[in-house]
Amino acid sequence: MTTAAAPEAIDVLGEAPSSHRLRDRSFVLLLAALTSVALIVLAVLLIDTGIDGIPQISISFLTNFPSAFPAKAGIQSAITGTLWLMGVVTFVIVPLGVASALYLEEYADGTRWWNRIIEVNIQNLAAVPSIVYGILGLAYIVRGPLSLGRTVLAGGLTLSLVVLPVVIITGREAIRAVPPSIREGALALGATRWQAIWRQILPASIPGIATGVILSISRAIGETAPLILVGAATFVAFNPTGLDSPFTALPLQIFSWISQPNDQFRLLAAAAIIVLLVILIVLNAVAIRLRNRYQQRW
Amino acid sequence: MSTEEPLAGAIVRDVSDQDATDQHHAPVPTVAHHDVIDESIDNAVFVTEGLSVSYGKSPAVLDVSLRVAEKEITAFIGPSGCGKSTIIRCFNRMNDLIPAARVEGMVRYHGVDLYGSDIDSVQVRKRIGMVFQKPNPFPKSIYDNIAFGPKVLGMSGSMDQIVEEALRRASLWDDVKDRLKDNAFGMSGGQQQRLCIARALATNPDVLLMDEPCSALDPISTGRIEDLMHELKETVSIVIVTHNMQQAARVSDRTAFFIVDMDSADDARIGRLVEYGPTDRIFTNPHDTRTEEYVSGKFG
Repeated sequence: MTTAAAPEAIDVLGEAPSSHRLRDRSFVLLLAALTSVALIVLAVLLIDTGIDGIPQISISFLTNFPSAFPAKAGIQSAITGTLWLMGVVTFVIVPLGVASALYLEEYADGTRWWNRIIEVNIQNLAAVPSIVYGILGLAYIVRGPLSLGRTVLAGGLTLSLVVLPVVIITGREAIRAVPPSIREGALALGATRWQAIWRQILPASIPGIATGVILSISRAIGETAPLILVGAATFVAFNPTGLDSPFTALPLQIFSWISQPNDQFRLLAAAAIIVLLVILIVLNAVAIRLRNRYQQRW
Repeated sequence: MSTEEPLAGAIVRDVSDQDATDQHHAPVPTVAHHDVIDESIDNAVFVTEGLSVSYGKSPAVLDVSLRVAEKEITAFIGPSGCGKSTIIRCFNRMNDLIPAARVEGMVRYHGVDLYGSDIDSVQVRKRIGMVFQKPNPFPKSIYDNIAFGPKVLGMSGSMDQIVEEALRRASLWDDVKDRLKDNAFGMSGGQQQRLCIARALATNPDVLLMDEPCSALDPISTGRIEDLMHELKETVSIVIVTHNMQQAARVSDRTAFFIVDMDSADDARIGRLVEYGPTDRIFTNPHDTRTEEYVSGKFG
């Protein structure tokens, strides 16, 4: 009995041109190298900041107020100022952003010219440089019609303007992600439009809306230019006591320390950058977790 | 006399030519189909007269006149695009949700003109429940899915009791009584569809509209839903749209057969009602040749 020998792969499939493998590999390598450019830059920045900043971080750094002496200077008033600002921003952008997103997604008739103008403008506003909002805030909120002065409220309102378009856009996406069958199902049961929106569509889109809000807040935390324009102080040796207090914020404190001639202050700036980064990473982690945990698979 | 003969002959030939075309090509009905109203139904839930729906400028379904009998199962069958779903969506004014949809003609529900100027579509949908092609439970617990309708309608009484009764009517209670607080998305497709039926029943509707309720389900789940329909027809009138002729034959008392006409002029597809009558007759002794061809599987 003769058994045929197992055929050689090359006899069955033919010879593979060796250049294929080589080209494939070099292409992957090229892509990896290009990707690593961004990562390397980021890593260098982080390491450099870390070497300067980490030794400076201590309890007293977090709890002290700014001082003319680097050894005594801290960021307590900057942290509380930032928290106050974020409180104002959240309070403003959640109702305004959700209401606008609901109107545009659920009620606005897209064939009407005014609705199209609103839509195009919101998308454009999201791309407007934040310093422009700073000018607007200075002219209309700090001075002008509202005349709130250089207060926490004025700063918070200005930052709200900066991030509101993004909140509206992400809110609309979250609402649009709820399938029409949910809306139909609710309406078919005799729900009014408002009941269908309030009890089914909005709850189903909350995780998406919340993700957008958190990401917007983390953008607002890092904003410096508009706050400089609305005249936040850079040397505030007390915590804000209310909406009408003067204030400073972390990015402003960093900006002011970096412009100091004394090198010691630059190390403090690095430390403050690390604190700001940690806050941002925590916020983003919460956003990602929210998205993964509640993301609905329809 | 001799001069008139050719003329008369020409007229006669003309008519016979037309007859011949009618027989050889798929006829395009141009006359109103009022003759397909089943006049024997005197306890009608719905009566439509010359009902037409168009989306934008293109008509989707033209001139439908029929009566839907109370406490019966009425099936709408026909090939895709024949407008059967469009018609069923007139019965609870779901077409209102499509801005471009225009409804002409008359739909009466127990004698009331559903498209009358004083009619609130929300009131209509409270009385007329609907089950959709794909199960569409809310992303909430089983309990909350059922309770939503009674809550928005402000129904009085114990919600637990309302939920239990609705689930029992949809023969789902025994399957889910121990996990009422679980998310409805964890159920099988067939269970989700029965949940949607239970949800529609919880508000005690007078009519249940079912738009291809089994097209996303396996045969066993389909069978359970068909059994359920037989039980439900004691208490509610049911209109079911189905692609599946066997399903129509199994469950329905009356069947309406729709077709799609291709309008060669502008390539529009227009749905029309061809024949309506007791299901037995439609399947065994259809009057229209197109119905016969469809139910015997020659097209569609």
